[in-house]
Amino acid sequence: MLKRVHFPSSPLPYLLVAPQLAITLIFFIWPASQAFYQSFLIEDAFGLGSEFVWFENFEVLWSDSHYLAAFWRTAVFSLLVAGLSMGFALVLAGFAQRAVRGALTYRTLLIWPYAVAPVLAGALWVFMFNPTLGIFPYFLEFFGIDWNHYLNGGQAMALVVMAAAWKQVAYNFLFYLAAMQSIPPSVIEAAAIDGAGPGRRFWTIIFPLISPTTFFLLVINMVYAFFETFGIIHAVTQGGPGTSTTILVYKVFNDGFVGLDLGGSAAQSVILMVLVVTMTVIQFRYVERKVEY
Amino acid sequence: MAEIHLTDLTKSYGPTEVLHHIEGHIQDGEFIVIVGPSGCGKSTLLRMVAGLETVSSGEIRIGERRVNELEPSERDIAMVFQNYALYPHMSVRANMAYGLKIRKLSQAEINRRVEEAADILEIRQYLDRKPRQLSGGQRQRVAMGRAIVRDPQVFLFDEPLSNLDAKLRVQMRLEIRKLQQRLGVTSIYVTHDQVEAMTLGDRLMVLNGGYVEQFGTPIELYDRPASIFVAGFIGSPAMNFLPAEVKDGSVVLSNGVIIPVESPKEANVTLGIRPEHLQPEPEGAIALQVEMVEQLGANTLLHGTLQGTDKALTASVAGHATYENGEFVNFSAPASMLHLFDPETESRLEL
Repeated sequence: MLKRVHFPSSPLPYLLVAPQLAITLIFFIWPASQAFYQSFLIEDAFGLGSEFVWFENFEVLWSDSHYLAAFWRTAVFSLLVAGLSMGFALVLAGFAQRAVRGALTYRTLLIWPYAVAPVLAGALWVFMFNPTLGIFPYFLEFFGIDWNHYLNGGQAMALVVMAAAWKQVAYNFLFYLAAMQSIPPSVIEAAAIDGAGPGRRFWTIIFPLISPTTFFLLVINMVYAFFETFGIIHAVTQGGPGTSTTILVYKVFNDGFVGLDLGGSAAQSVILMVLVVTMTVIQFRYVERKVEY
Repeated sequence: MAEIHLTDLTKSYGPTEVLHHIEGHIQDGEFIVIVGPSGCGKSTLLRMVAGLETVSSGEIRIGERRVNELEPSERDIAMVFQNYALYPHMSVRANMAYGLKIRKLSQAEINRRVEEAADILEIRQYLDRKPRQLSGGQRQRVAMGRAIVRDPQVFLFDEPLSNLDAKLRVQMRLEIRKLQQRLGVTSIYVTHDQVEAMTLGDRLMVLNGGYVEQFGTPIELYDRPASIFVAGFIGSPAMNFLPAEVKDGSVVLSNGVIIPVESPKEANVTLGIRPEHLQPEPEGAIALQVEMVEQLGANTLLHGTLQGTDKALTASVAGHATYENGEFVNFSAPASMLHLFDPETESRLEL
């Protein structure tokens, strides 16, 4: 048995953590508990009265085909965003790793998009893809593609996926690059001597060795696609045309602040909360354990 | 199995030349050790042979082939790295089979070779483990196994024992030597440890500052070191160097002691004498004032200065011997055991 070291108790440690605790309580716990409470209420449209209805808001959601459709849409959206941004980041990191000259410039430039605010990123993409003014619809016309994401739901989805993925590439790139640089060079050299070409070295040595990073990024990107893409969608499509880009987090906003169904909106945000907690738990469980070095 | 020819080999990083005109012919089946202090370019030279560093000028030939422009995989070599460089996500078996799979050998042949190598190295019971479940010595064996199964023309070793503890290092050193003799594969081994170099190598290439100081058998290097650097580097404890003058057929030390040698020349020289060649003798000409005594069991090292000077002098005396600090001990030095060097060029002067 080890004896614990005892220090004289002092209020200082509590004072030091107090600001962090206050921020967490005021800005996270309190709103979350309010949302939780609100999800059991039905409010009238003028906000004059409310009624406690237990789980009725949730029951309504599960039988709402729009909500279930939004669920699937979100799943597709987030998988596409995560896949696209991670794939690009992996390729870029692979090249950055091999870059001999200008590596620092290359890396710095690749990190810039991360500093762009989501709404601004959305605005950039809106301009580039504007059906009448944008440069890309002009090019796409040469291939016989009639681009109009204001009318075509599939194209609208493609656009928000691209915009959301583009912004996340920088973040993923950083993590992939760090992961690749932590692989001892001699392991790669040993593979080269064993006769593996660059492609084979990547798939049989580098990729398996950075798999913990891939898993970590997958969770982070899913969470990003679930929650932080609100700004982009709001700027680019506002969930339309119709509901073709209305993912869960956008529906929460739409139902609550536009449709004024505060109880239903709160119920949706509680479900989202449960999802993100689940993902975080999965991440902590597996990422912390499955490190392969 | 192949000869290796290094011809006028130079390596530069930008304007900085780090290896200068290396020449060397390595016989088929020979075990060559490249030895030198850190930063002397020995690992760079090995990596050039492996194809991991480009050649700035000159030529490397393995067998009949010029390999300067060949990829490492095309050179038919195998390399054992200092940190073993095992693939951490693969089992021992997969580590050893990796290169064979790439060469598209049949599964039966791969299994046969891996198991044969595992038997030689006595790691058969670890074949299904991951590298991180193995000790340093076991990892070292796996790294060698990975080299053996490829059946290459040349083995390259880059300080493979430096991460092991002293006892294991001695044991693995013997095993590497036995294995190399058994397989008869031409090998180049890089180390900074002169004992390792002396015991392993058929011949040693001593590198210093990117130059080959001497290339010869361990005994040649010990008996006739070509420069002060080689003389000080080979042998432990290191050789003593004393400023001296040759005149009238004898060497005169700075404190006036005269040692007769047969030399007609007259010049300022640096006299080299190994601690183990100083023979204690009450009437001996060389007196050492003891400052520190190191008891090693089999022999005793006396550290001190040459009487009347501040020149450091070390002597090795057989067996246990007790000396007081400050005491004077007299030694004689046989003329045949003396080495004379030119203090300007630091190269050997023939008596």
